[in-house]
Amino acid sequence: MATGIKDKVAIIGMGCSKFGERWNVGAEDLMVEAFQECLADAGIEKNEIQAAWLGSCFDEVNIGKSALPASMALRLPNISVTRVENYCASGTEAFRGAVYAVASGACDIALAIGVEKLKDIGYGGLPEFSSAMGMLNNLWMANMTAPGGFAMLATGYAAKYGLDINEVKRAMAHISVKSHANGVLNPKAHLRRAVTEEQVLNSPQIAYPLGLFDCCGVSDGSACAIVTTPEIAKSLGKKDFLTVKALQLSLSNGTELAYEWDGAHFVTTSKASTAAYEEAGIKNPREEISMMEVHDCFSITELVTMEDLHISERGQAPKDVMDGFFDLDGGVPCQVDGGLKCFGHPIGASGLRMLYEMYLQLHGRAEDRQLKDPKFGLTHNLGGFPFMNVCSIAIIGKHDA
Amino acid sequence: MVGITSYGGYIPRYRLSRMVIVQNMAWYFPVIMAVAGGEKSVANWDEDAVSMAVAASYDCMTGKDRKALDGVYLASTTLPFANRLNAGIVAAALNMKEEGVLNADFSACMKAGTTAAILALESIEAGKKDSVLVVASDQRRTKMATMFEMFYGDGAAALLFGKDDVIAEFKGSYSISCDFVDRYKGSGREFDYGWEERWQRDEGYGKIIPEAITGFLNKTGMKIEEFDKVIYPCYFGGTHSGIARKLGIDKEKTQNNMHAVCGDTGTSHPFVMFVSALEEANPGDKLLLASFGQGCDVMAFEVTDKIKDFKGPIGIKGSLANKVELASYQKFAKFRDLVTADLGIRGEANPNTSLTVLWRNRKMLLSFVGAKCRKCGTPQYPAMPICVNPDCGAVNEFDEYEFADKEATILMFTGDMLSASVDPPAVYGLIGYDGGGRTMLDFTDCELNQVKVGMKTKMSFRKRYFDEMRGFTGYFWKAVPQVEGGDA
Repeated sequence: MATGIKDKVAIIGMGCSKFGERWNVGAEDLMVEAFQECLADAGIEKNEIQAAWLGSCFDEVNIGKSALPASMALRLPNISVTRVENYCASGTEAFRGAVYAVASGACDIALAIGVEKLKDIGYGGLPEFSSAMGMLNNLWMANMTAPGGFAMLATGYAAKYGLDINEVKRAMAHISVKSHANGVLNPKAHLRRAVTEEQVLNSPQIAYPLGLFDCCGVSDGSACAIVTTPEIAKSLGKKDFLTVKALQLSLSNGTELAYEWDGAHFVTTSKASTAAYEEAGIKNPREEISMMEVHDCFSITELVTMEDLHISERGQAPKDVMDGFFDLDGGVPCQVDGGLKCFGHPIGASGLRMLYEMYLQLHGRAEDRQLKDPKFGLTHNLGGFPFMNVCSIAIIGKHDA
Repeated sequence: MVGITSYGGYIPRYRLSRMVIVQNMAWYFPVIMAVAGGEKSVANWDEDAVSMAVAASYDCMTGKDRKALDGVYLASTTLPFANRLNAGIVAAALNMKEEGVLNADFSACMKAGTTAAILALESIEAGKKDSVLVVASDQRRTKMATMFEMFYGDGAAALLFGKDDVIAEFKGSYSISCDFVDRYKGSGREFDYGWEERWQRDEGYGKIIPEAITGFLNKTGMKIEEFDKVIYPCYFGGTHSGIARKLGIDKEKTQNNMHAVCGDTGTSHPFVMFVSALEEANPGDKLLLASFGQGCDVMAFEVTDKIKDFKGPIGIKGSLANKVELASYQKFAKFRDLVTADLGIRGEANPNTSLTVLWRNRKMLLSFVGAKCRKCGTPQYPAMPICVNPDCGAVNEFDEYEFADKEATILMFTGDMLSASVDPPAVYGLIGYDGGGRTMLDFTDCELNQVKVGMKTKMSFRKRYFDEMRGFTGYFWKAVPQVEGGDA
């Protein structure tokens, strides 16, 4: 009988590069920037790492295929390195590879690193993905982009709850205003300027009803983690180390697209979060989760995700958002580091960047944005589209929590 | 009895007032002011001769069995493929049988439609075939500020020929075939090249059509007075009525050339005008149809009692009524690729079309066929080996299920300014079909501000992309929200 991942793996070091339009550095520089911080934080030698996982998404325009770019950039000692790709969950997938390797006893110390160099393509937004969708999908799927794919969710949500689209837009605007306010406090964030609700609502339309400020930054960046067993963590002299409490993944199977779905929620997130809470032993997430970094690729994604994480009741996310429940001083602060919205979204690094913020917060190292005594931090990625996606959820906390 | 068993038509929704052309281009060539009245039909950017042929064919096959067709003949001078049977794309879109069917393209001549029709009828008369669909379609690009730009419109019309439930009996034909060239389009050239108007008018239309009709009357012994409607294309108004005078046809018995409402639709035009006449015809009416192009084909029909029970399709009348003014000449020019606008780097992506993938999935991609589960009855698209219903799980237990003729309801949608599109924003969404099944599709023939969750859609076969590097036109189905009017 499986017992889950809870407390089987310790995180002993993390690192994260500055995110942004890093015109003057390449993916190798970004990886080394994150890795050096991580290695120093863990206080181990590079040669103690026995296996590594690399997460990256757009290999067509980024670092290319295979895990060689990481092995070579970091000059790893000829150990096993595996590249994983699962859309926006790629970073968390790399983490999952390292965590599961340690939990299985196959190795003592493992590295997870994610990187994405997006600003080398010459145009705004994510790279065009016709070459990434498969040869058959290319011949029939709608002429979609990421913002368009998620924008549809706003019309579906408004229709389901009988809301005027402008009511939904106002809650979406509050979400962006909050993330910008948090980004101001974070020196590593891509976007560090506060915005007003009016600015968000009046920004140019990208995909109805999403405006520019409903969309997250497209950034370059890298983040990484070193994991080991709690026993080894202790033997290394680590006292208040963190452990993984839950690590869950859920993928669409075509039901939303081709069978049944209300168009107003994420089937996968709903399922993965339930499993994650069970794995972590959390009964009431609204009370027990201290803070979250969710996949706010677009403001509407964050809004709807609050319900699928079972933090907000169905149909109540706009109210919770407007009440400030997810603000820095709210009940469950969300996107404390600025989120994808302002910290930025180098896809393969994003899952690890979210864990990095939870890690800093749990260690009391989050400086200006430090929350009071956080216990559990939840991270969430959603790759793909609302009707066809990959969802990953991680919960971490102090070893004795 | 051999003759017409159904008809259908398709005129695209956009209409361009000729005054708009004059306002924009008369500075360059003032002569166009002479024919500035009325409007011309303009295909949307995602339409071409093949897609419009599919629309007219579906219209014609309403309530008819597409599997019973012995073949489809496609007539056009603007076919997207010089080597790949274009009629084969239409046949696939119609989800026709592949075995025992003969399809053909009839091209390179403005009278190719009537020629195809005569050959179809003669093979049915000879007992070699039972049912042949003949569809004519043209979408002719023209240079800016030319008379061709003023005269030409876009459209398609289809006639179903057979032996059962004939609504108009075939009464014979006669042809003149000669190498009279009033205009031509060299192989690989973009536009028609025309000789002076008086040559086209006086030695062309004005001479050859009367000679052919006279030849037909002499051959059959019929009299011109017997005909209730005489139908022939000629976009020169004076010449059109001159032909009638020459033959002694009453003005009210001459079918209008439709210059005012859609313009001359090329190879389609004899059919477009003929279908318009059929839409107003009564039992016993005799119709005489003539075409023009390197000669002239003349065909005679007599309308039967069956026309009373014939459930009319959308037809030419219906599609003429479904119109939106295209107020912008620039938009028209962009739709026809006459001007270069930047599609952005995002628009440069140009993946090759896998011919193996296309062949393997032709039912899915061209016929828009999904599956209906034999176990749980769920219609689903696309068809996959395992049933989409999580409570079912049937493996490879499906029947073919057509979605092309199903109406659906919009469940969610957007208008995307980031997508590379000829007509931004790219509107698309998730639709749920009446009777079950749902999928995500591009929308067309609508403006974003008209679209609402809960609105009904119909399906339309459209051009999805054109691969400039390799010359390949890709097609797929789009959803058409049932909007009224518009402000394009």
